[in-house]
Amino acid sequence: MLNYKNHQEKLEKIKSGEISLSENVKHFLKNIEANKKLNAFNFVFSEDALKDAELIETKIKSSSSCGKLAGMVIAIKDVLALKDKPLTCSSKILKDFVSLYNATAINKLKEQDAIIIGKTSCDEFAMGSSNENSAFGPVLNPVDPSRVPGGSSGGSAVAVASECCDAALGTDTGGSIRQPAAFCGVFGLKPTYGRVSRFGLTAFASSFDSIGPFTNNVEDASLILEVISGKDCLDSTSADIPVPDFQKLLDDVNLASGDYNGKPRIGIPKEYFGQGLNPEIRESIENLIGKLKTSGFEVKEISLPHTEYSIATYYILTTAEASSNLARYDGARYGYRSSESHNLKQMYTLSRSEGFGKEVKRRIMLGTYVLSAGYYDAYYKKAQKVRRLLKNDFDNAFSEVDLILTPTTPSTAFKIGEKSSDPLEMYLNDIYTTSANLAGIPGINIPIATSSEGLPIGLQLMANQFNETALLKMSYYIQKNLL
Amino acid sequence: MNSKYEAVIGLEVHAQLLTETKLFCGCSTKFGNPPNTNVCPICLGHPGVLPVLNKKAVEYAVLMGLATNCRINEKSVFARKNYFYPDLPKGYQISQYDLPVCEAGHIDVDLSDGSTKRLGITRIHLEEDAGKSIHDQAFETLVDVNRCGVPLIEIVSEPDMRSAEEAYQYLSKIKQIVQYLSICDGNMEEGSLRCDANISVRLKGETKLGTKTEIKNMNSFKNVEKALNYEIERQIELIEDGGKVIQETLLWNADLNIASPMRGKEEAHDYRYFPEPDLMPVIVSNDWVKEISENLPELPEARKQRFTSEYKLPTYDADILTSSRDLADYYEEVAKVTADYKSASNWIMGDILKVVNETKTSIKDFSIKPVQLGKLINLINNNTISGKIAKDVFPFMLKEGKDPEVIVKEKNLVQITDSSAIESAIQKILNNNPNEVEQYLSGKEKVFGFLVGQVMRETKGKANPKAVNDILKESLEAKRK
Repeated sequence: MLNYKNHQEKLEKIKSGEISLSENVKHFLKNIEANKKLNAFNFVFSEDALKDAELIETKIKSSSSCGKLAGMVIAIKDVLALKDKPLTCSSKILKDFVSLYNATAINKLKEQDAIIIGKTSCDEFAMGSSNENSAFGPVLNPVDPSRVPGGSSGGSAVAVASECCDAALGTDTGGSIRQPAAFCGVFGLKPTYGRVSRFGLTAFASSFDSIGPFTNNVEDASLILEVISGKDCLDSTSADIPVPDFQKLLDDVNLASGDYNGKPRIGIPKEYFGQGLNPEIRESIENLIGKLKTSGFEVKEISLPHTEYSIATYYILTTAEASSNLARYDGARYGYRSSESHNLKQMYTLSRSEGFGKEVKRRIMLGTYVLSAGYYDAYYKKAQKVRRLLKNDFDNAFSEVDLILTPTTPSTAFKIGEKSSDPLEMYLNDIYTTSANLAGIPGINIPIATSSEGLPIGLQLMANQFNETALLKMSYYIQKNLL
Repeated sequence: MNSKYEAVIGLEVHAQLLTETKLFCGCSTKFGNPPNTNVCPICLGHPGVLPVLNKKAVEYAVLMGLATNCRINEKSVFARKNYFYPDLPKGYQISQYDLPVCEAGHIDVDLSDGSTKRLGITRIHLEEDAGKSIHDQAFETLVDVNRCGVPLIEIVSEPDMRSAEEAYQYLSKIKQIVQYLSICDGNMEEGSLRCDANISVRLKGETKLGTKTEIKNMNSFKNVEKALNYEIERQIELIEDGGKVIQETLLWNADLNIASPMRGKEEAHDYRYFPEPDLMPVIVSNDWVKEISENLPELPEARKQRFTSEYKLPTYDADILTSSRDLADYYEEVAKVTADYKSASNWIMGDILKVVNETKTSIKDFSIKPVQLGKLINLINNNTISGKIAKDVFPFMLKEGKDPEVIVKEKNLVQITDSSAIESAIQKILNNNPNEVEQYLSGKEKVFGFLVGQVMRETKGKANPKAVNDILKESLEAKRK
């Protein structure tokens, strides 16, 4: 067990000498080794992490100022670029690829003295909901290794849940942070689209992808978000909107008295509680809603009428973007090239056929189809219109309420292999999470309970664009008072 | 062309913009660097990279739009054009599709029959260039990515041209404008200006369009005219023989002077265009357009008009002098030094352009500076040297780059205008050539020229020719009495 409850306390204990950062890193490395069978990491940077620990510990203890994340040990999803380290996206096609540069989010972590301990596994190119689609093999859920950890950022969720690091970065295109966080019982935050620069995030679906943290508590999630957010001149879609001091804002929540000044209004969308929702999850969520009401929060039912179209819309638009984003992996300049190819066409078809996994190929074909002449209007263009309608749903909802509360997933972690033969059923696992990406709004998973089988149950909160403040404050309130 | 038919031609012109850096990254656009050195993870299409738009390129596109009477769209959108090719690192080209930056413009061109014709411009859009595939090496194929991401504008004309001549004039005008705007060097041979053509033919009076073909790879102005004439004739012959034109892409072969169907590339490509999610729409506000239009230089047509009014030059002269911005600038620099505008024009159109063309230098780098040419003209006009001497001074200026007055002094070429000096030289020649004098007096006035030549030789060419003429005539006539 870690002898600190969040990063702030860790930092104080390092300063006072109660904790040795080097020992702390060694403890994580030992846990990584002990949990090897979970397959959470693609690469572990033991030497770098130990070296950094020494330098940063000295920095923390000396009078000179240290970064906000000084000594925080972080694992990053292997779709994020880390200079001079492999960047595989858990794909055979990038098996030997080494990045020439750092992602902006990674640079920001390093500038604030975080320690990068390794790169975590994920579904190939972040496409999947179970972390079974990795060229390095499936990742197992630490709570029950016969079950999936969720995906696509399964490795990051497992790394945090199995105490292999303080926090991890993942990416969320349709629930890839929130869903594995729910399956593994940790906090997982997907920020507003544009809040965090995507530069250095290997694109799956450019207008959906967000980078966000997995943590054991809301304070650390707030701190990491604060560090990685902000306008980046290398990402034209990053937002030029001031980044609040999220951590400080948490103090507004007066925990001692259980009071919450300017209590947010909470909406419960009826469409999220229909058929297919696991009864135990429903019960846990309703339980928590009851507690909120008792605590004096205004909770009301709302409607997001286009919810039923979200999965279809999501899979048309994300696969369209993916089919184009993944065209660069063609064997011509870098990455895997089939040894069987003897001409240009063979180089393309064989390299891509052999280099990509089944799910990635399925999505490339889907995306190519929906963009094709004669189908574009019926699929891509129509889906763009529906995306706008879904966004309108949220705009309307947020004129009535400040936060939307839903389950994160319809089920708890399922068995490995249980859904891999049926892509549609697998896709439905994202039913509560894709809408936030379609609308570009932030969402968080809060682990609120365990099922009768001992499996984690997650609650999702969503807020309006760039209102992470309300999201984090409410999460903090729940973490402190209601769990 | 068979007079029953008319051609319908539309051109797509790609112009490489003269920005310092590429369209979406900070790499240099410098031509001729060693292969694959002007590159970075962004233009190499590495995982995770994103494009950031070069504002200068947008400015240049807007400048072109303004110069060609286009509407500047307040909002334009980048789109991905998807296709696989080894010199296209991302597997798509970032271009513009249904919302280009400029639309609905036109230019006026002068035709050889003296008429002027207005030719429509459908659109101008921004896009990135692809790299170069090099096939003729010992290896199978090499790729140079230096050019990848260099900004281009594509200027798409309406199908308004009816002959190869019109197309040629259109293209020349486009080249002239991009050069005037200093947004492209307009070099077709080096590929900084490229032209593809869509051609069909139809019977005169017919309003429906015939089946078109596309011709690519015409990498010089001469080739454009040749290729278009070739294709027009081919299509007419085909139809006359009862055949049908097939819609296809042809490649012009400048060695064989034929256009042959392109092989190995699928026809009717499906590029799966969709809006580029990595870039925000380009917003060109009215204020920005205003700011850009303030940088709009005087355009060729206006400058030509001004040359005829301000410098009183014949249209012919003005046309040639304004053909390029650099040449017109050169002329105006000369005109600042000398008020003899016509002489300045003559010198430039004659001696100077001859050397420029022969040595294939640019007027900008010409060794005789405009001030020096102006001074040379002034030396003639103030009788310091004769026009003939000036022609001798010119090569020295060319070679030594010195001011004309320095050369005149060094070589002792100052004109003799002192009439007593000229008189004594004439006297000497008349004394030495009694036979010729006799002939002249007997009516063979042709020998006058010979005698003038002798005097000029005697004075080493420095005598003022008009004075020599006058005094010699006077002296000879005096002998008659």
